[in-house]
Amino acid sequence: MTKLLEWLLGVSFVGIAWGLVTFDLLDLQLPSVCKEVAWPIPVYLLVVFGCYSLATVGYRVATFNDCEDAAKELQAQIKEAKEDLKQKGLKM
Amino acid sequence: MAPRRSTNKSQQRGDKYSVLLPTYNERENLPLIIWLLVKYFGDSGYDFEIIVIDDGSPDGTLQVAEQLQKIYGEDRILLRPRAKKLGLGTAYIHGIQHATGNFVIIMDADLSHHPKFIPRFIEKQKEGGYDLVSGTRYRGDGGVYGWDLRRKLISRGANFLTQVLLRPGASDLTGSFRLYKKEVLERLVERCVSKGYVFQMEMIVRARQLGYSVGEVPISFVDRVYGESKLGGNEIVSFVKGLLTLFATT
Repeated sequence: MTKLLEWLLGVSFVGIAWGLVTFDLLDLQLPSVCKEVAWPIPVYLLVVFGCYSLATVGYRVATFNDCEDAAKELQAQIKEAKEDLKQKGLKM
Repeated sequence: MAPRRSTNKSQQRGDKYSVLLPTYNERENLPLIIWLLVKYFGDSGYDFEIIVIDDGSPDGTLQVAEQLQKIYGEDRILLRPRAKKLGLGTAYIHGIQHATGNFVIIMDADLSHHPKFIPRFIEKQKEGGYDLVSGTRYRGDGGVYGWDLRRKLISRGANFLTQVLLRPGASDLTGSFRLYKKEVLERLVERCVSKGYVFQMEMIVRARQLGYSVGEVPISFVDRVYGESKLGGNEIVSFVKGLLTLFATT
């Protein structure tokens, strides 16, 4: 099953459950509290997901390692390499 | 006659690591990357060869490669050039055909990937028997040098989107510093159809599909070309297109 199909399946499942509760499609005579709570849940989930995404990406950008030492080490090794290669007869 | 004592387990088992270096206009960097590869393989004692796949560079990269071959030997530096720029996937196929190792390492030749991580890749692979080991910039002490806020934001944002849509089980999908078992790389390249960043992503996604195990090693990525090649709107659009295609087809 492709990821797209997995998503469609998951969304359908949640959508059907939501529809059944909010519009009382099975005629279960649920208390109106249930319906009032269920009705905004899809929007609520989207908002929660949006906030989670922003927070996660923001955190990851803020903690993205800056490899200063790696850059310095590379510079030093480039010098060393050029010297060594010149000695070995490389014409650059 | 006394049996020959090997100082290194991988020598006993005959493990050999073929490094594929696709190059295009890397006249300046090629000697440096080869020097570093020889240094770190030499220090660690693993058997290796470097296969330079030059796509007809107009700046004389191949001539520099020939000099390096004289310095380090034809058994260590193999030249398998091509007439023109033909793309990464075919470069891998071409390289694998000439590789005598049982493991293949792919990396960039522009010094953004540092050979010092290769022994760590090798050890990680042995530790877990992994089919492929991927270098990650996003976990552990992995990281980047030379990226501004915009670039970091795009990178993390794209990676987040990829994780949500594909749930790939690897933290860095667009990275191209990896160690593969040779037969695994062969199988994967056959199956992959995308180009560019998405190609590297597809390799990992297909690897998971085929049940291959993926290990990770944090790496540092030193970007010295970012200033010249900004990540523009076009690349972002084609990335998203490629991601959605993978989402719908895998």
